[in-house]
Formats: sequence, C-alpha cells, structure tokens
Amino acid sequence: MKLDPSIREAMLAATPNLRAFAISLSRNVDRADDLVQETLLRALANIDSFQPGTNMSAWLFTILRNHFRSEYRKRRREVEDADGSYTASLTSQPEQTGKIEHEELRVALAKLPADQCEALLLVGASGFSYEEAAQICGCAVGTVKSRVNRARNRLAELMAIESPDDFGPDRETQAVLAANERR
Amino acid sequence: MQSEKTADKAEASMKSSSGSARLGRDVQHKIGQQLRAMYDDVIKEGVPDRFRDMLRQLDNPDDGSSEGSRG
Repeated sequence: MKLDPSIREAMLAATPNLRAFAISLSRNVDRADDLVQETLLRALANIDSFQPGTNMSAWLFTILRNHFRSEYRKRRREVEDADGSYTASLTSQPEQTGKIEHEELRVALAKLPADQCEALLLVGASGFSYEEAAQICGCAVGTVKSRVNRARNRLAELMAIESPDDFGPDRETQAVLAANERR
Repeated sequence: MQSEKTADKAEASMKSSSGSARLGRDVQHKIGQQLRAMYDDVIKEGVPDRFRDMLRQLDNPDDGSSEGSRG
C-alpha cells in the first residue's frame, strides 16, 4: 500500500488531539491507545472514502467515536453493569499520565451521560465547531449545543465552580444587608 | 429535525427547573480552561512512536526488518 505522504502527515498531525480525546473518553491510556491504533487502521483501510481537502481530523474523530461507542456497548453487556459497579471502577481507576490536578475534572466528566461528555470534549477541548461536532456525532447542531450546555451546567455543579473571586454575589448581598441596617 | 429540537428544549427546561440553566461566561471560561489544560498534558507527549512506526510500516512493508541486512 502506497500512502500519499500528505495523508500520512495529516493523520500524524491529528493523532495527539485524537489521543487526548480517546483518553478522556475511555479514562485509560492503554485502552485509549488501542482505540487510536484501531482508528488509524480503519482509516487506512477506508482511505478511499476520505475526500482529499476535507477535514482529516473530523474524519478520524468520527471513526474513533463510533468505534468507542460500539466497544462500550459491548463491554457493558458483557459485564452486566446493573449496579453501576463497572462504571464506578472506571471512575476510580487511576489515570496513568493524568496529573492530580485534572483528577477532579476526570471524575466529574465520568459522571456525565456519554452524549454530553463527548459533545463537551469535542467543542470545549478538541476545538471543533458545533457544526463539526454535530457531523462527528451524527446529530443536529442544536442537539450538540444543548448537550454542551447541559454538560457545562452539570460540571459546574459537580466541581462547585462559581463566580470568579468568590465574592461576587456575597458582596452584593452584604451591600444590601448593610443598606438595610442603615435604615 | 424539528422534533429533535423540541425534545431538547423540553429536556433543557426540565433541567432548568432543577437549577441553573445558563452559566456565566466566567464559569464557561473556567471549564474550558480546565478541559484544555487536561488535553494539553496529553498533546505535549506528541505522537507516540507506536503510531509513527505503524504508519511507516504499513506504507512500506519491507522497511524495518531489513534495516540491519543492508550493505
């Protein structure tokens, strides 16, 4: 097989970002690397269906995402995760390359529904537009927007992210209280 | 498409009744920053040799094993 060098370069260029997505989805570096490898192999096997000039990155993400989805469903069925213990074990699995400061974020991401998690990762971290993310997930742009929105809300709740400097509302409340006292 | 939109709206309004429907820009910004910081740690690692080698070998099946036999 002779591969167009520009295609190989485009694949390599997309790989680090693809890998970051895979690690965030699977929460396991070894599994993520297997996902990336399988994605690249599938992409090569179907390279004829790739239209030169279109977005290689989005194409690879689509393959990886679909592969992850079907693997995940298969595993869930195998493990019969009725009580959620498998999901819980994934959540608590230590991240090999992950830094401790991202642990809170990873745990919070693991609690999101898969649809919302992938939408948020694609738009918020991978840098895709809503339109590209919709294409990757095979859904409407409006659906992606609302998933991202819900994911952000839930993350903010889970991680207790509040207004910057943490004195915004409090200061206002204090001002009102102070004003009332003066009366 | 229309029905999907309304379904999402219904879902969104259900959510909003339980709390914040809209986040401030600062909170969105913080979440985005943290997500990208998490990604950056992986991206900094670049392309693992495993993938580079795989693409090269697939492209050039004779490569690799014949390296030492030359000359």
